[in-house]
Amino acid sequence: MKTVYARPKLLKEARFHYCPGCGHGIINRLLMEVIEEMDLQEKAICVAPAGCGMLLYNYFEIDVLESAHGRGAAVATGIKRVRPENLVFSYQGDGDLAAIGTAEGFHAANRGENITVIFVNNGVYGMTGGQMAPTTLLDQVTTTTPAGRDSVIAGHPVRICEVYSMLDGASYLERVAVNSPPAVVKTKKAIAKAFQRQLDGCGFSLVEILSPCPTNWKMDSVESCEWIDEVMSKQFPLGVMKEVPCL
Amino acid sequence: MKRLMSGNAALAEAAVLSGCTCYFGYPITPQNELTEYMAKRMVDAGGVFIQSESEIAAINMVLGASVAGARAMTSSSGPGISLKQEGISYLAADELPAVIVNMVRGGPGMGNISPAQSDYFQATRGGGHGDYKTIVLAPGSVQELTEVVPLAFDLADKYRNPVIILGDGMLGQMMEPVDFDGLIRPPDYEKDYILTGAKDRPPRKVHSLVFDTKLHEEHNWKLFRKFQRMEQNEVRYETYLTDDAEMVVVAYGIGARIAKGAIKRLRQEDLKVGMIRPITLWPFPAKALREMAKTVNDFFVFELSAGQMVDDVRLSLEGKGHVHFYGRPGGIIPTPLELSRIISRHCYQAQAGAKRKKR
Repeated sequence: MKTVYARPKLLKEARFHYCPGCGHGIINRLLMEVIEEMDLQEKAICVAPAGCGMLLYNYFEIDVLESAHGRGAAVATGIKRVRPENLVFSYQGDGDLAAIGTAEGFHAANRGENITVIFVNNGVYGMTGGQMAPTTLLDQVTTTTPAGRDSVIAGHPVRICEVYSMLDGASYLERVAVNSPPAVVKTKKAIAKAFQRQLDGCGFSLVEILSPCPTNWKMDSVESCEWIDEVMSKQFPLGVMKEVPCL
Repeated sequence: MKRLMSGNAALAEAAVLSGCTCYFGYPITPQNELTEYMAKRMVDAGGVFIQSESEIAAINMVLGASVAGARAMTSSSGPGISLKQEGISYLAADELPAVIVNMVRGGPGMGNISPAQSDYFQATRGGGHGDYKTIVLAPGSVQELTEVVPLAFDLADKYRNPVIILGDGMLGQMMEPVDFDGLIRPPDYEKDYILTGAKDRPPRKVHSLVFDTKLHEEHNWKLFRKFQRMEQNEVRYETYLTDDAEMVVVAYGIGARIAKGAIKRLRQEDLKVGMIRPITLWPFPAKALREMAKTVNDFFVFELSAGQMVDDVRLSLEGKGHVHFYGRPGGIIPTPLELSRIISRHCYQAQAGAKRKKR
């Protein structure tokens, strides 16, 4: 019988702590699939964040450092400058990268650090219980925007890919999603491309992944996936935001 | 061969000679010469130099370089060191070596750019969140700066812990003749904890998050035992004219330099004053002070602050002896003459007090 799918060997047989319907599990698996298929397990070093992704060291069978909240891109910079031959990527949420770690991410991109940022955008602070994130949509209800996000008092959703695309150091920026099988396939391709570009020395790459958070969105899993298509991706359009030819 | 160098530049040179291959810094006075020296020297030496976007980024780059196996350093002054505390706490929790230089300036807040010793508490109490300590080295001359640098890198590697070099604006800025002839590069340590990619070994995980409170308590006790070993093995201090002393000055760094000048004057007046100069502020030479208290009753603490180390002197003496204090905060640099007048007043008062007791 032909095997059409198997659990990647690099993904430990542990039970995920993620909520039902959460996108992190899919993204964790995709990362390990890509690293396995590209035969990079001996080269990969992951920088884990603070947030829902912080426990991924329990699942990844590769070297992992857990960084302080928001500092992933700076820590990854330090690792990569010492070990340019390794594949170094940070895994960061929206609060991590677009709020507390704005400076670190922005300047790593601007320096053109040859690292990859896996940016999981689910529009809320998940682990702490669903507070407003910089990427929360206008009128979206969270525990800290009980009447919906009002731009007058809470500002506007931050579009990281669009902001980074202005930086000359950023070489590859793509926004994808994990809310349907075709979207998951696209996400896997984007991750593989970002990693390949890093191996080729092309400079800073970032894959932004729109990811469902049914628990904090107060939706079921199907509604969450539909909401990404119908609402979230209007604010955060999918596609390649920037791709500089690699010299 | 002796060279005339500023403390900042000499420290940078000593770091490179000690095998430091990564430096990350952000501009702040009075330590900019260190960053500027590194910008050229580190690149010439084939190492990594980054002017970071903030002190927070710099300390996290240090953490990244350290977990990748490199000898890494950052430097700053007061306000910038406050920002680095988050990263220093993570370095201690992750048991990663690093050297952090603080050329202290007047505080709190923006303060000023004059020399001060007001970051003593921050340096010796851990500084950031959680139960941890850092070894704190306080040199008193440009030559000694170059001597504590290889020691700092060695202790950092030996104990897998951040080490602080606590200077001040004067030590960083002033130029003195210095030679590097005696500088021995510390040995490379076997590092079985660094991240290099999981080749021919199981994957490694470096993290400070420990949800299981029992495991986390054990991690804290493990760190605590390490700090106890440091307290047992790494106390360093220097004594000056203490053999016949009736009053012992306790001062460190540039403060000790000023105090030495004052003591020379006092000795001319036949006042028997000596000095103990802690070189490690943590671990503090508590035993040495307690030992002295067997023969000396009066201890005079001098600091370029409103009084921080004086607490450690009192704690060390455990109620024995009489502790006097003089300090000037805010970036003021007292002269040896000023200090000698203050100390002599305390000496005479102590002598008068002793006579009264006898009667």
